[in-house]
Amino acid sequence: MAGFLARRLAGMAAVLLAISLLTFLIFQVIPGGDPAVRMAGRLATPQQVQDVRHAWGFDRPVYDQYLTTMEKVLNGSVVSYSQQINVEEEILRSLPPTLSLAVGAGVIWLFFGVLFGVLSAITAGRFVDRSLTVVALVGVSTPAFFLGALLLYYLGYRLELLPLGGYVHLTSDPWGWFTHMLMPWLALSVAFIGVYARVLRSSVLDTMGEDYVRTAHAKGLSERRVLVRHVLRNSMIPIVTLWGLDFAAVVGGGAIVIESVFDLHGVGQYAAESIARLDVPPVLVVTLLVACAVVVLGAVVDILYAALDPRIRLAR
Amino acid sequence: MTPLRPGMRSPPATKGPPPAGRGPWRLAWRRLARSRATLAFGGLFLAVVVLCLLAPVYAHDIAHTGPNDNHITETVKVGGKTLEVVSPTGVPIGPTWHSRFFLGADANGRDVAVRLLYGGRNSLEIGAIATLITMLLAVLIGTSAGYFRGVTDGVLSRLLDVIWAFPPILLGVALGVALAVGGLDLGVVKLHSGSLLLPALIVGVVFVPYVARPLRGQVLSLRRREFVDAARVQGRGHLRILAEEILPNLTSTIVVFIPLMLANAILLEAGLSYLGAGVQDPNPSWGTMLAEGIRLTPGAIHLVLAPGLMLVVAVLGVNVFGDGLRDALDPRAGQRAIAMRLPRPTTAGAAVEEA
Repeated sequence: MAGFLARRLAGMAAVLLAISLLTFLIFQVIPGGDPAVRMAGRLATPQQVQDVRHAWGFDRPVYDQYLTTMEKVLNGSVVSYSQQINVEEEILRSLPPTLSLAVGAGVIWLFFGVLFGVLSAITAGRFVDRSLTVVALVGVSTPAFFLGALLLYYLGYRLELLPLGGYVHLTSDPWGWFTHMLMPWLALSVAFIGVYARVLRSSVLDTMGEDYVRTAHAKGLSERRVLVRHVLRNSMIPIVTLWGLDFAAVVGGGAIVIESVFDLHGVGQYAAESIARLDVPPVLVVTLLVACAVVVLGAVVDILYAALDPRIRLAR
Repeated sequence: MTPLRPGMRSPPATKGPPPAGRGPWRLAWRRLARSRATLAFGGLFLAVVVLCLLAPVYAHDIAHTGPNDNHITETVKVGGKTLEVVSPTGVPIGPTWHSRFFLGADANGRDVAVRLLYGGRNSLEIGAIATLITMLLAVLIGTSAGYFRGVTDGVLSRLLDVIWAFPPILLGVALGVALAVGGLDLGVVKLHSGSLLLPALIVGVVFVPYVARPLRGQVLSLRRREFVDAARVQGRGHLRILAEEILPNLTSTIVVFIPLMLANAILLEAGLSYLGAGVQDPNPSWGTMLAEGIRLTPGAIHLVLAPGLMLVVAVLGVNVFGDGLRDALDPRAGQRAIAMRLPRPTTAGAAVEEA
């Protein structure tokens, strides 16, 4: 276990290094990327631009700039170019909505994905399975922001059942938090539910053909026990992988579209706004956050694997 | 070679040499022809494609306007009443169900139906080109990484890992915004910032690892098979072995991935355009139209519904067709296709793969 964690940490460091370098370089080479020109303002003289460039160190070699930026990222003092506010504080501020979105939607899509997947598998080929397949495929084919816009219009505007976007803090108003998050959760979950249901369905069907399932039947276990203890436990492995990665992606700002439709001011929206301003430091920190989330959840997923399937060992 | 209709038995061979065993492609074709839903949804998608290709005809002969023509100050007669195309308060007219403004107008007084078809052409074009780019790059990278292994594999796989570490939409937005500023200059090709090839290229590149990874895995196991050894012993070069021995064995995987990537590419393009990092104004696409519509809600819901539903229908058609195609090609491949995100290398690491 210790060796496994150590290897993972080393791998994480390597991935973070590569990603930070790449992100930094992308913004160095793109045209119009010179931050000094934008920071100096529209009516700046060449001398003023030069001053800004020097003050911020943009005239130093790229590797030097990269190292200084990374040092600032690590000790939490990096500021954005456009607004010159601390990036890490800004991200901490945008984490609550994003985490609320990820946790709530993650629970919803996992629960319904598994429910529909199992239902679909045990009724394979029959009416329930077919209708669930149609529902799943429609869900997979619907862009989340289209669904979000429809929910906002019909539930929020026409029926006035739910608030029209924005984020309310859980601690200040739990009920308000819940009602504000309900539509984003739904809009984000639907496509995932479709994917998970389809994956689990085929995974369950595959597992049902395994020898140990026949053995379980043969030794007289009830249908339900075989399904839950033997079939489902094994078929959950692909679902666990997917969930870990999708959850990590949402935490890291992967739900930009939903965040902007419902105006949640989350990490993704912050990233998108910073990208639009070609503001390197925030983009750098957000991408590092995504990578961290992906690596950490990947490790959690592997630990869960070992718990689900005793044949899998963590250490090689 | 007529496809057999459902329920029909193959006719007994009466003349000529005894029938050879049916090839896997014939069998797949038979299974495909038997699945009505697959064909119906494939047809639905084709219908959308044809409709969008006919956009100029519709614009010229039925709506009598172009996709970027403003009619903001004009009026239109509906059922004897004369209505303003865009009201003084800026609310555009809804569907008239007549030849002019069949699906209503947008805030600039442009005909939504015309823009929907032109936009669909752009969306589908981008989807198709992106899919082509993804498949070409993925086959190139996946087969060379799997076949040559060693350093080649190391470099290519790490490259894929880095792309994979970003959520597709985030990477797409970053590339889209970066390239929208000044276009892309690769020396040989020059893409200006409004070019449709730009979003296509971005979407195509973002999805490469999702296809290259599984292909690499398949090649890794294929290269150990006897027929590859046999080819090598015969003195064939690497390129010939790749082209003649490896590639034909990858065909069904590649074919299965095409509709899947097409659906995902169309969806990602819509997402990027919605965020302003895809197709640039005034060029229509379903994504940009949705973005405009969402900005104007609740004023004019038809601006959301028209492109949204069209998009869902097109993507659903591709998805159902792809689902059926996969079943036909490989009835046991259940979980592979939809779970294209499954074998993610950076995280679900060696521990599990080796087990």
